[in-house]
Amino acid sequence: MSFMKSILGSAAALALSAGAALADPAIIFDLGGKFDKSFNEAAFNGAKKWADETGGSFREIELQNEAQREQALRRFAEAGSNPIVMAGFAFASALGEVAKDYPDTSFVIIDMVVDSPNVRSVVFNEHEGSYLVGMMAAMASKSNTVGFIGGMDIPLIRRFACGYAQGVKAANPDATVVANMTGTTPAAWNDPVKGSELTKAQISQGADVVYAAAGGTGVGVLQTAADEGILSIGVDSNQNYLHSGKVLTSMMKRVDTAVFNAFSDGPGLETGFNVMGLANGGVGYAVDEHNASLVSAEMTQKVEAAKVKIVSGELAVHDYMSDESCPALDF
Amino acid sequence: MFLDLVQVFDSSFRMATPLLLACLAGLFSERAGIFDIGLEGKMLAAAFLSAAVAAMTGSVWLGLLAGIGASVVMSVVHGLASITFRGDQIISGVAINFLAAGLTVVVSQSWFGQGGRTPQLTGAGRFETLDMPGALQGAEKASANPMMHLYSELVSGHTILVYLALLMVPLSWYVLYRTRFGLRLRAVGENPAAVDTAGVNVVFLRYSAVLICGVLCGIAGAYLATALQAGFVKEMTAGRGFIALAALIFAKWRPWHALYACMLFGFLQALALRPDLIEKYLAIKVQVQLLDALPYILTVVILAGLVGKATPPKAGGQAYVKEN
Repeated sequence: MSFMKSILGSAAALALSAGAALADPAIIFDLGGKFDKSFNEAAFNGAKKWADETGGSFREIELQNEAQREQALRRFAEAGSNPIVMAGFAFASALGEVAKDYPDTSFVIIDMVVDSPNVRSVVFNEHEGSYLVGMMAAMASKSNTVGFIGGMDIPLIRRFACGYAQGVKAANPDATVVANMTGTTPAAWNDPVKGSELTKAQISQGADVVYAAAGGTGVGVLQTAADEGILSIGVDSNQNYLHSGKVLTSMMKRVDTAVFNAFSDGPGLETGFNVMGLANGGVGYAVDEHNASLVSAEMTQKVEAAKVKIVSGELAVHDYMSDESCPALDF
Repeated sequence: MFLDLVQVFDSSFRMATPLLLACLAGLFSERAGIFDIGLEGKMLAAAFLSAAVAAMTGSVWLGLLAGIGASVVMSVVHGLASITFRGDQIISGVAINFLAAGLTVVVSQSWFGQGGRTPQLTGAGRFETLDMPGALQGAEKASANPMMHLYSELVSGHTILVYLALLMVPLSWYVLYRTRFGLRLRAVGENPAAVDTAGVNVVFLRYSAVLICGVLCGIAGAYLATALQAGFVKEMTAGRGFIALAALIFAKWRPWHALYACMLFGFLQALALRPDLIEKYLAIKVQVQLLDALPYILTVVILAGLVGKATPPKAGGQAYVKEN
């Protein structure tokens, strides 16, 4: 009997220590794929930065289809990963189900709000960042026509478009904004061929600066813009280097910072609503050696002035998701 | 109005080319009695390998060959499964689609480490557009007459693969309807037993058809990755293989009609990119989604027998078992 007890005891101790060792953070990438040079890649970079700086390790999975969302979440939660970060709005319904089953695990969802005591919802003020690059687009445009190409037609992407259009109109009230969405299914994030054709279609409508908020589809947009000799604007990650001297700027969405913060805070992180905006460096525009020659001093000065106003609250950029309408653009 | 239309037609040509090549590929295969829903997978495999080889060697022509090679290998797998081993052709086709979707990303990741992409192609690694003599350049466009616009936008300024694809239409027609090989190939799709009785090798004919299908899909895939784009991105075929199948049914398995069907589908896709034009000229606001769905709706209409009847080759989908 005592022998039995000691075996059980040691087994329990083993299980505990195994559990402790496994309390690594985990990250789940959305369907766009880890290396989409955009949103997911930014998330991955944040995780990698954390691993490099702390020497810690993290678990990760790249989803292959919709059905894996809940399964992947439960797997990580069962295995004791903590916190678990999800890169993507599409996790909301799956997380709503899973979060209450694992009250001791901290979850972080990016780009969506899930109301649960153990969930941190990180949302970005994309409309603010898009507003700034919209101003730059309007100032760089010679034809007074600029384009926007979204990925899948969802409210989040419309928020990009709406902020962008407001920025364009603010810098040049006479400018025209041509906006297109690639599609209505997740395939719209990975169709560079259609992205290219949309870019050509917008060029024939006079656009000479095109802003792509379309994941992998944006690769085609930036490529065609470079081929056809017009400027493009990247999104999420800094994409200026993709076509040096031909990408006006990139609207940076610091998904990497959000992931890095979540991993650094570790298990039991502060949950609730977490807004990443211009004020705390959550969004912004990228200037580096690849686009320095494209961004004039006048542009920088005006954009920085607008930035200060937005941060101070003097200038309010309309958020499409607040009322599903946009004053500057008709969808 | 005219200029806008020219631009939409120009875009239609680019959108229709991969559809046309894949549609003709399916035409050869299905006319010989081998259903092929693996067009998508073959195009994807070809897109990947053509971009990968073009990136490594810097030569787009080697890339094209490699792409065709990849697609032909997939075709041989399909042939082995459905001709030699008499398996279910639909299942084999589905398997090829999955195989290509997975393999391209895994191999690409292990070769280039860019998460299932190939490096960006530059210079001789891409098919450049061909400018015909006398085509309008830049500033000349403003003052030129309409015919010159038609010439320089529609006739000139495409990559060589577009012309190749158009050339394939009369060629396919000639091969299928004016040669002994074509007659036998069509017969094998209708009544393989009769062909066999006449002393003609059914298995050889079906393999030939499947290989031709592989070559055409290979060109289609290479066109996507090295002419329209400058590299491979995962799942970049985005369902074009399936639209090509729909076009094949729409064309009722005939080469010239395949051209018309693909041009129509290409035109609808191009029109979906310009909702502003419809609004401008027809004064109605059309949902882009409706235009995107139209190819499928039209195919269902055809299948339902509302506009003529679509009869597939009689022996399609059946493995041929030789009598002992």
